[in-house]
Amino acid sequence: MRHLLSTGDLSRDEATLILDTAAELAQVGDRSVKKLPTLRGRTVVNLFYEDSTRTRTSFELAAKRLSADVINFSAKGSSVSKGESLKDTALTLQAMGADGVVIRHSASGAAHRLANWVDGSVLNAGDGTHEHPTQALLDAFTMRSRLGRLDGLRVAVVGDILHSRVARSNVLLLTTLGAHVTLVAPPTLLPVSVHTWTCEVSYDLDAVLPKSDVVMMLRVQAERMHESFFPTTREYSRNYGLDGERLSRMPEDAIVMHPGPMVRGMEISAEVADSPRCTVTEQVANGVSLRMAVLYLLLSGS
Amino acid sequence: MPEGTRAVLDGNEINRALTRIAHEVLERTKGGQEVTLLGIPSRGVPLAQRLARLIERVEDRTVPAGSLDITMYRDDLRSAPVRALGRTEIPTGGLDDRVVVLVDDVLFSGRTVRAALDALGDLGRPRAVQLAVLVDRGHRELPIRADYVGKNLPTSLRESVTVRLDETDGHDAVLLGPARPRPSTSGGND
Repeated sequence: MRHLLSTGDLSRDEATLILDTAAELAQVGDRSVKKLPTLRGRTVVNLFYEDSTRTRTSFELAAKRLSADVINFSAKGSSVSKGESLKDTALTLQAMGADGVVIRHSASGAAHRLANWVDGSVLNAGDGTHEHPTQALLDAFTMRSRLGRLDGLRVAVVGDILHSRVARSNVLLLTTLGAHVTLVAPPTLLPVSVHTWTCEVSYDLDAVLPKSDVVMMLRVQAERMHESFFPTTREYSRNYGLDGERLSRMPEDAIVMHPGPMVRGMEISAEVADSPRCTVTEQVANGVSLRMAVLYLLLSGS
Repeated sequence: MPEGTRAVLDGNEINRALTRIAHEVLERTKGGQEVTLLGIPSRGVPLAQRLARLIERVEDRTVPAGSLDITMYRDDLRSAPVRALGRTEIPTGGLDDRVVVLVDDVLFSGRTVRAALDALGDLGRPRAVQLAVLVDRGHRELPIRADYVGKNLPTSLRESVTVRLDETDGHDAVLLGPARPRPSTSGGND
């Protein structure tokens, strides 16, 4: 592994190695000294062209816990706002000797392009509506630690699949790890090519819920919507929102996940969001361990 | 057994060596009340468990035993392909004010022990740290020595020492053979 661009590039063994490594590194968060010397003297650049709190802080914390030097580069307040191209920014970072570049960009494929321009490792932290590999990995990690296995697990991914990079990365990764994924969304919020994905598709949330071990709710990404995809938010919420009543019809040990940020009252009710079966905060905590694992595996060897 | 390899210790001899080390630990620590055993993966871990059982048999007291993975503290991470991590399990009660006895199979360059000392510093503040090894093969590259040694085995750098244990390999033996390329996985003979 040199880069982490897509979960589709990971073999089952590689994905399992990442999850196992993350499980070991999770202990570091409970120690008195929450730091390992492993990446001392290495430089990690966080290159964020899109707003993000969770992912950027998570990567920053992960890199710092491994003693790497971290440089945060956001589009606002850098030469990017003066019109510099991605390639020139990449060459600048290259010249500064970045060992790893974490990139978030609104254009799908930006991380792939970057990987051709720099010598260091490139970690895709979300490119447009394409992929978000570390999110999918931390989701899989959370499922495995909550439910004890991934093989044969039935996972429903519900909501705005069309604009979701989390959905695509999850389908690719979970299929590799032996889980069965069902996408649930109104037809307007599914990508045209969804029949080529390795998963099932349903328009009926109530039919899928009782047969799911994991229900992953996605946010409706209004900022990427330039036309109307459903009549009203109320109708969307009634058909595809998860409330306490729907939660009670899920299997007893099934869990509810959400990559964040949640919009309470839209795709998830406050009652469900605050229930112990909802793993949102756990996902955030696991995100740090998982990103430490990825940084370790990509940057530490020769 | 590959050609040119001979057994230096068999199962019974390993047992006797460990039993002696268990007594020495009790003697040196005046009864072992404060002792915590930490094995270094992979083969130090079952050795630490065995020592804990032997001490229990002699003194009728349970001794906390765990494992300490040193991969993230190695000084040669950059010169080899990436390594998988071993398990770290610190017994409940922690390491503060304990007498930690590190347990490994072979003491060679001393670099593993150096890494273990660094790792310990991040986990707590033991009252003292001691080192127990099944085999000391010499060729130290750092100022480190063992407190308890199963067998001192003078070797040449052209030889390799392999420890096999029931728990990890199906049988007990210490083998001395011709050098092989340094393995890329952690543990083993350093």
